[in-house]
Amino acid sequence: MNTEKYQQGRVVHQPEYIDGLSVEIPILKILKQDGSLYEGAEMPVIDQEHALRIYKSLAFHRVLDERMIASQRQGRLSFYMAALGEEAASVGSAAALEDEDMIMAQYREQGALIYRGFSLENFMNQMFSNEKDLGKGRQMPIHYGSSELHYMTISSPLCTQVPQAAGYAYGQKLKGKDNVTICYIGEGAASEGDFHAGLNMAAVHGAPVIFFCRNNGYAISTPSTEQYAGNGIASRGVGYDIKTIRVDGNDILAVLKVTQEARKYAVEEGKPVLIEAMSYRLGAHSTSDDPSGYRTKEEEAKYAEHDPILRMKNWMLAQSWWDEAQDNALVDQYREQVLAAVKVAEVIAKPPIEDLISDVYDVPTPALEQQLSDLKEHIKKYPEAYPVTAGRIK
Amino acid sequence: MAQMNLLQAINNALDIAMTEDDSTLCFGEDVGHFGGVFRATSNLQEKYGKSRCFNTPLVEQGILGFANGLAAQGSRPIAEIQFADYIFPAFDQIVNESAKFRYRSGNEFDVGKLTIRTPYGGGIAGGLYHSQSPEAYFAHTPGLKIVVPRNPYQAKGLLLASIRDDNPVVFFEPKKLYRASVGEVPEEDYQLPLGKAEVVKSGADITLLGWGAQIETLEKAADMAEKQGVSCEIIDLRTILPWDVDTVAESVCKTGRLLINHEAPLTGGFAGEIAATIQDKCFLHLESPITRVCGLDTPFPLSHEKEYMPDELKTFEAIMASVNY
Repeated sequence: MNTEKYQQGRVVHQPEYIDGLSVEIPILKILKQDGSLYEGAEMPVIDQEHALRIYKSLAFHRVLDERMIASQRQGRLSFYMAALGEEAASVGSAAALEDEDMIMAQYREQGALIYRGFSLENFMNQMFSNEKDLGKGRQMPIHYGSSELHYMTISSPLCTQVPQAAGYAYGQKLKGKDNVTICYIGEGAASEGDFHAGLNMAAVHGAPVIFFCRNNGYAISTPSTEQYAGNGIASRGVGYDIKTIRVDGNDILAVLKVTQEARKYAVEEGKPVLIEAMSYRLGAHSTSDDPSGYRTKEEEAKYAEHDPILRMKNWMLAQSWWDEAQDNALVDQYREQVLAAVKVAEVIAKPPIEDLISDVYDVPTPALEQQLSDLKEHIKKYPEAYPVTAGRIK
Repeated sequence: MAQMNLLQAINNALDIAMTEDDSTLCFGEDVGHFGGVFRATSNLQEKYGKSRCFNTPLVEQGILGFANGLAAQGSRPIAEIQFADYIFPAFDQIVNESAKFRYRSGNEFDVGKLTIRTPYGGGIAGGLYHSQSPEAYFAHTPGLKIVVPRNPYQAKGLLLASIRDDNPVVFFEPKKLYRASVGEVPEEDYQLPLGKAEVVKSGADITLLGWGAQIETLEKAADMAEKQGVSCEIIDLRTILPWDVDTVAESVCKTGRLLINHEAPLTGGFAGEIAATIQDKCFLHLESPITRVCGLDTPFPLSHEKEYMPDELKTFEAIMASVNY
C-alpha cells in the first residue's frame, strides 16, 4: 500500500505545514528572443531539415490564422479560433513525436495538425463544412480530425479528451506499440473534473501519455488568477506522481526538447508526463470574443514582444539556415495559397442530406430512415425554404 | 445447459468475451481481484491478468473517459459503474462523447466497441442511491444503445451481443435478480438480438409491456387478470434504444389495449415515449387510453419502497381499469 511508503518520510514533532510554492518548479528556456541561446542550454535533437519543417509549419500557421480571421470578419466563415502567440507550443511538441503517436487536441492546436501534414484543402473543407470535409460538415469550424494522421477529432466539451487520452495510451501499451498519446489542454480546461480523472487514471494504470498544458493566461475572459490559486498546473502533476516539467511555451527549442524527452520516458517506462508550457494568448479567444473588455492593449503589446515565430526565425537567420528574402517569399506564397483555397472551398456543395442520419449508429436505425424519408418529402414540398438541399433530393 | 443465476450468466458472458478477444478489458471500482461488489467479474483477473481486468480509482467520469479512449484505440472495453445511481458523473462522457464519437468525426473515429455495465433498479432496500432506473435519461441520446435483460439466459445472450455490437451500449442489470433469478443457460456461446422485443406470453385482450425485473411483476399481474377472464399478452422490450416499435405496435393492433410498466418515475419515463409512438401507430385500434404504471415522481424512498414500486397489484388494477374502460 502507498500509505506505508509515505509514513516512512521524515518525522517531526512540531507541525510543519507545506504550501504550494514550497515545491519549486523551474522553467526551461533554451532560446532567447534575439535568436541566441542561453549559456549552458542543452539543445534538442534537431537538424536543418527538421528545423525548416518546423519553421514552415509556424509560418503557415500564422498566415492561416490571419487569413481565416479576416474571412470570418468578411462573413465568409461562421467561426474561427486562432492560436496567435502560441504556435510554438503545438508545433514544437508535435515535432517531437512519431507519425503514429496519437494527438488529442483541445482546439487551439492546429499547429500539431499542420506539422503532421493535414492538407490546406482539408483545413478549408472542414471550416466551410462542405461535402469534402472528413467530418461530413457536422461540427463547427476548427473541430478537425484525421484517422490517417492520428489526430483525434476535436470536440467542444473541455477536457473530455484527458481521461480518453489515458485510455488510448493504455490501449497502445497493451498492444505492445512503441507509441504515445499526446493530450493538449488549456489551463482553464485543467479546472474540469476530467483533468483530475485523467491524470489519476494515467498515473495509477501506467499509461504512456503526455499531458501538454498550454497555460496562456486566460480562459476566455477569466485570467489564470481566477482559475487557480496554486503554482500553475505543473504543481498538480507532482501530487499524482506524474513526471512534470514547466517550459517556456514560446521557446520552440525548449518545447521540442522537453517533449522529446517526455516521449522517450513515456515509451520506455510506460508512464505519463505532464508538461506545462507558459505562453500568452495574443489574439481573442475566438471570433466571438473581444479581449478589450477584460485586458489592456499595453499588456498585449508586452507579450507580443515574445513572439515565438519571430524568435525561431531569428535563430534560423543566426544559423544561416534561412534569410529574409526566403521568408518574405514563403509568407507571400502561403497567403496566396490560403486565399485561393478559401475561394475553392466556399463554393463546394454542402454534404448530402443523407449525411444527416448516417454515423449516428454504424447503420441507420429504421426510425432514422423514416425520419429522413419524412424530411425529404417535406423539403420537396417547400423547396424555397431549404435552398441548400432542395435541388439535390431525388 | 447449466443452472446459473443472473450474476453467473454475466460472469460467463464476460469470460467468453475475454477469451475470444485479447483486447477485451473489464474494469471499474472493485472489479479486479475482489471480482466486483456483486461478484460479476469473479476470477477474471486471475484468469486474464491485471492488465485486462482491474480496479480503477473511484471516479466514474474517469472510468468512462478511459473507456472511450480505449474503444477509440480499437480495444474492447467493458466498463462497470458500481450502481446506475452513480453513472451521472460520467453522463458527460457518455452523452457528449461516447454517443457522438462516430457522428461528429464523420466516422473517422468511433467507440463502437464500448460496453457499459451497471446494476440498476429497486427492491433491495437501497434507498435513493442504490435503486435508481436511469434508462430514460440515456434514451434521449442518439448514438447509444440501451439494453436490459430479465433473466440469466437473456443476460448472457444480450450481454454478448452488446459487447460485440459496433455501437456504444449501456447494459442495465436488474440487481434485484442477480441471485434471485436462476435458470437454464447454455454453456456455449450464443447471442440474442439487440433492438428486438420478445413476446413472453401471447394473449388477446391487452398488451403488457415492460423490461428487466418488472417482467416478473407483469407475469404476476397477468395471472391475476387471467383469473378474471382477461387474456394478457406480455412483451419484454429488452432493448430500450433503439426500441422495437413494430413488435409492440403489432401486438397493440391485435389486443387494442396497452399497459406500460417501469420502476422509474412516471414523468419523462420511457413509457411516455412508447405511449406517444403507439397512439400514433395504432390510433384506430385502441379501445382504451394507453396506461402507465410506474414509480412515483419522487426520489426513490427507503421506508416506502413497497408503496413506491409499480407492483403486481397496481398493475392488476390498471389492467382491469383498461379492459373495463
